[in-house]
Amino acid sequence: MEALRKSVRMKKDIKKNWFVYLLAIPVLVWFFVFCYGPMWGVLIAFKDYKPLLGFSESHWVGMKHFMDFFQGPYFWRTVKNTLMLNFWSIAFGFTAPILLALLLNEIKDGKFKKTVQTITYMPHFISLVVVCGMIHIFTADEGVVTQVLQFITGKDYTSLLGYSDFFRPIYTFSGIWQNVGWECIIYLAAMSSIDSSLYEAAEMDGIGRIQKMWHITLPSIRPVIIILFIFAVGGLMAHGYEKIILLYNPLTYDTSDIVASYVYRRGLREASLSYSTAVGLFSSVVNFVLLWVTNRIARRTSEVSLW
Amino acid sequence: MRLRTSIRNRAFDVTIYAILTLLTLICLYPILHILLASLSDPVRLVAHNGILYKTLGFTVNGYKLVFRDNSLLVGYWNTIVYVGLGTLVNMIMTILGAFVLSRRELYFKNHIMVVITITMFFGGGLIPWFLLMKDIGMYNNLWAMILPVALNTWNMIILRTGFQSIPYELEEAATIDGASHLRILLNVILPLSKATLAVIFLYYLVGNWNSWFNAMVLLQDRDKFPLQLLLKEILVANDTSASTMGSAGGVVIDSAGSATAYRELVKYCTIVVSTLPILLVYPFLQKYFVKGVYVGSIKG
Repeated sequence: MEALRKSVRMKKDIKKNWFVYLLAIPVLVWFFVFCYGPMWGVLIAFKDYKPLLGFSESHWVGMKHFMDFFQGPYFWRTVKNTLMLNFWSIAFGFTAPILLALLLNEIKDGKFKKTVQTITYMPHFISLVVVCGMIHIFTADEGVVTQVLQFITGKDYTSLLGYSDFFRPIYTFSGIWQNVGWECIIYLAAMSSIDSSLYEAAEMDGIGRIQKMWHITLPSIRPVIIILFIFAVGGLMAHGYEKIILLYNPLTYDTSDIVASYVYRRGLREASLSYSTAVGLFSSVVNFVLLWVTNRIARRTSEVSLW
Repeated sequence: MRLRTSIRNRAFDVTIYAILTLLTLICLYPILHILLASLSDPVRLVAHNGILYKTLGFTVNGYKLVFRDNSLLVGYWNTIVYVGLGTLVNMIMTILGAFVLSRRELYFKNHIMVVITITMFFGGGLIPWFLLMKDIGMYNNLWAMILPVALNTWNMIILRTGFQSIPYELEEAATIDGASHLRILLNVILPLSKATLAVIFLYYLVGNWNSWFNAMVLLQDRDKFPLQLLLKEILVANDTSASTMGSAGGVVIDSAGSATAYRELVKYCTIVVSTLPILLVYPFLQKYFVKGVYVGSIKG
């Protein structure tokens, strides 16, 4: 009876507000085609997909592709590289904007502060392709960075992107260059809302400026830091491949090839469609678990969480 | 005692100013280097060691070569089309989605939210996505630059939050006056959400301008390539087409050595040509972007 009444009410509402329901259609269609379509296609990870046979005719092979990946030589290399690259990104890339915000927060001269901010934002507006092009230029045989490094170490280097030891530093520090100014905005915003009486009270007690940073400023922006940290750790395995494939080459695969770039290369360059789908599925499952676990830990320890 | 503190304070300030000045210069230098190098004599540039602080000689030949290269201009035009059309589609879809989800009376609203939220955490991955794109005819089709990225869930949720913050009484009053849903959307909701709309408009604009990966995997014909994909070929794959490098068109390239030098020069000029327009307008748009970071952070 209740269900019937509900369906009558619904029909009445659809009749009255048909326009709103009509507007929902293109959006829902888009989600089903472009987001759910590929999710269904993920089943080819359990098949031996042959484009000529098509989706339904290809044979089921169960976990074969997953086993191939776990037992093959690329499993450890790609997982290790993904973890290491993220470790670098979090250790340096995550802390750099916090440090910059702390420094900028000490500046009372509005003009200087604004100039610094405007200039440090600038690299954020250069497209990724151009940024990577600039990296290629600066780290080439005769590039400025290569020359500076030669000057400092006294050693001779050819193009730096050819050394696997340099891949992570180049990747991380160019990332900092690109994003540090931009990412510090959010911390500065959080800092600007700190109650100034806290600082005044600290001054009365004769507390130094570095101590004020440590005991007042940092704890006040802790929730923001934690949320962004959850994102950083939660997105670990989903680490983007665009910048990787613009910078890596076979010489550096042993440090530069992460799971996502491996999926791209095996899947689209070498057409191992089922196998690379399996690898991709593995990484998105791990990623979801990571996000869930970090979120849980954050909620337990600091009562800040995404959901 | 007070003097001691003030000296310490002063020293602290000076240190911070020094560090920040240094960081700013480091941030600025790569951009400056590219700009100076693009105007330098290429042969002297190749021979030069170390930091550039002024142009070495002066020439605009690099720029002449860049503008003589038709493919780059075609790429520029394609990008303008993709960015224009793509951003328009983005805005329409995002407004539709946000409007529908901000309706109070909507049935299935929670179901739709679940359907949408799931996509923020799960996806099919690159390969199933690619196969699907081929199946639905996106391969080598210019709509491949527009439809697959027609909507960004995050932006839609930001806009919905914006719509929901509009006092309901305003809509009620409009309904009593006999306004239709479309009128309410166009005359009440959109004008009151200008700031949020500007923010997501800019996000889409920049995203579309920077996009290259979908073009690389989905587009085949060079005359459909967006600027960023051509830039990738020139800057990352060391693949400046031979036609650009010839001596045709009045720019004299005298020897093989200077041909290599010119190839380098063209890279610098290409970067400037493709990036300068954005760097010049961005200070004016900066406040919107900054606002966008706040809007996004409230949501997050």
